[in-house]
Amino acid sequence: MSAKIYDVVIVGAGIVGAACAHECSQSGLRVAVIDQDVIGGGATAAGMGHIVVMDDSDAQFALTRYSQTLWQELRPELPEDVEYEQCGTIWVATDEEEMTEVLRKHAYYSRQGVSVEVLNPGDIERLEPNLRKGMVGGLLVPDDGVLYPPCAARFLMDQAQGRGVTLHLQQTVAQIGKGQLHLADGTRFSSATIVNAAGTWASALTPGIAVKKRKGHLVITDRYPGFVRHQLVELGYLKSAHSVTADSVAFNVQPRQTGQLLIGSSRQYGPEHKEVDPHVLGRMLERAQHYLPALAKTSAIRVWTGFRAATPDKLPLIGPWPSDPSIYLATGHEGLGITTSLATAKLLVDQITGRTSAIPYEPYLPSRSATLEHAHA
Amino acid sequence: MANARKHFDVLVVGGGPAGLAAAVSAAEHGARVGLVDDNPALGGQIWRAGVVGHGPGAARWIQRLEATGIEILCGTRVFDSPTQNSLHAEIESGLLELNYQKLVLATGARERFLPFPGWTIPNVMGAGALQALVKSGFPVSDKRVVVAGTGPLLLAVAAYLREHGAKIELICEQASLASLALFAVSILKLRDKITQGLSLRKELAGVRFVAGSWPVTAEGDGALTAVVVSHGQKLEKIACDFLACGFLLVPNTVLPALLGCRLQNGFVEVDRYQQTSVGGIYCAGEPTGIGGVDLSLIEGQVAGSAAAGHAEASRSLFGERRKLQRFSQALDRAFALRSELRGIALPETIVCRCEDVTYERLKPYTSWRNAKLQSRCGMGPCQGRVCGPATEFLLGWSPDSVRPPVFPVRVENLGAMVRDLVPQDSELLRGPQ
Repeated sequence: MSAKIYDVVIVGAGIVGAACAHECSQSGLRVAVIDQDVIGGGATAAGMGHIVVMDDSDAQFALTRYSQTLWQELRPELPEDVEYEQCGTIWVATDEEEMTEVLRKHAYYSRQGVSVEVLNPGDIERLEPNLRKGMVGGLLVPDDGVLYPPCAARFLMDQAQGRGVTLHLQQTVAQIGKGQLHLADGTRFSSATIVNAAGTWASALTPGIAVKKRKGHLVITDRYPGFVRHQLVELGYLKSAHSVTADSVAFNVQPRQTGQLLIGSSRQYGPEHKEVDPHVLGRMLERAQHYLPALAKTSAIRVWTGFRAATPDKLPLIGPWPSDPSIYLATGHEGLGITTSLATAKLLVDQITGRTSAIPYEPYLPSRSATLEHAHA
Repeated sequence: MANARKHFDVLVVGGGPAGLAAAVSAAEHGARVGLVDDNPALGGQIWRAGVVGHGPGAARWIQRLEATGIEILCGTRVFDSPTQNSLHAEIESGLLELNYQKLVLATGARERFLPFPGWTIPNVMGAGALQALVKSGFPVSDKRVVVAGTGPLLLAVAAYLREHGAKIELICEQASLASLALFAVSILKLRDKITQGLSLRKELAGVRFVAGSWPVTAEGDGALTAVVVSHGQKLEKIACDFLACGFLLVPNTVLPALLGCRLQNGFVEVDRYQQTSVGGIYCAGEPTGIGGVDLSLIEGQVAGSAAAGHAEASRSLFGERRKLQRFSQALDRAFALRSELRGIALPETIVCRCEDVTYERLKPYTSWRNAKLQSRCGMGPCQGRVCGPATEFLLGWSPDSVRPPVFPVRVENLGAMVRDLVPQDSELLRGPQ
């Protein structure tokens, strides 16, 4: 059987793969996308879908900021079912220590030109009356938003297919390397560049990648329009969720356009099974009710879990894989894949085509992976 | 919040005929039995307590029930099984942990809705749902009702509504006259069923009944005013106040599936003793095959006796069960849904009522999971209980994997942890005899 020939073959039709296909096709590349399941069926389907600016590191800030700008540019084209809602984020401070963090964040974001506003207890009570009384303050980031990821991925893929990208769903990739991709059914693809955007499965295709599964739980309620108006995040999030090894839960609630409340979040290394862990779920909901007491009486209609593709330094892997220059990686986005998908695609195609990039791509290069492996161990 | 924990030798989930029979049989064999149901009263869909009680068929079982020490837990909705031999249920005051040695699942069935233009208009409802409404005191006196769908349920509902003063304009049976005739022949041996049919014939004297006929459009602005039915070749418009639809029952298999019980063709697989593929978990009634009250009662007794360790009592019922199963197989053949019913939904017809998803938005997808992700079909508070069976029939999709909570549950109860529970009875578990 002769190989199908493309410029770029992308493995993975999640939000990152779809964004890469979208960007490649805009640059006139001949592209095929392959996925074992459906569009946006992995972490994309499981995630919260926030479009947020985060500042764990300067590199994380640069990527999230850049990508949020790209989402805002794309916004007029997004169909209704993507449900893009610029609801803003409120980081909630419960004590003076967290308030210090609010002020630090305020200074950092302002310096970088992101609009932010420090909230006093009165502001918090007025903006989010369901939050427990006695909050010390908070930080409002009005440009942050949420969207519905499976439809966003489908929209990007639709656009790409409109420009000639071919999509192969429910196909198992057996092997990639040296410009060749083999499907389990024997079909061969040949291309100068193979993009591994397979999320948590990426390391199965390209052994040695420093990507690990990090399990998360989410709960969605029935419709309670106006119950919360912004995405609410605790500042303990910074202390607990980013602890690289321990299991953790953090308060994070989103209002969806449907009026539903999406309740997160949990982070666990180790479990490989999809089953709901009652203890983690219990702790997560306890945390959420601690911040939003009235949440107790709302009706939860679904619980699910998913796996984030996590790297030790919380930055994604974007660029060529040192051991095989035909392989490019676009994975390891952890909990920020929806936000950073568009910027990832830009930086990836910048490298493939030799374009100048809008922000430096060096911090995300997989070649830093050697040191990362040590960090994991 | 009053959280509590209880222990039983045999726990029965579902208080319809199968569950009642299972609970009574197990208790009469000496087991310590708990019977839970999410409704405010026992009886299930078929013996739902109305203003005038459960009805004559139920009385005997209620009497036997009252003679035992069965603990009855109504208004108790099982939503999860966090660990083996344990269920979590929501009650008004909080969370209940139910521990068991043996479990009997008698979760019953629900009506299948088929989407057609106008099916979401007020006063278009399930045949069983309208009957339940009338049982709880809703007046239908002098209301014009069209009953449409398939199976003996239509006649029973029509007779009931007529008895309560409704004017039955038409009964539309989608099955052809030929399959009805074959059915009549095949059940000749079952004397009881025929007597039942004859008595209904008397109650429905003068009511127009048409075979090979089904609804295609419900009309009305705000409330139903008329229904258009197809008689195959020609259409007929009938003015009415209510349309009661019954397109067969769908077994409630979510809880069995959550517990890991194997399903086959949509029904829970059981052995001769009604035991599922999971040891110690039994299933009786509609989830193992739609068979009606009589079969449910027998299966319930088989399961209840076996769960209490009295297999010989179960064995004595095998013959009767076999006879009733043959009857239900004859029903399945006679009243299989005709393929024309797949064509009554138009592109703009709503299929998922919770999320307002139309038929045309679903058509591009190849699986329910894909359609759910992209269109939210089945993602609302009914958790796909209505649109799931509809898409299964219309598009051939198979249901998704089952995850807790299997019913919507308050966040405080979903998150409540085992260690928060106050044991209400801390006696050591007694093993079954």
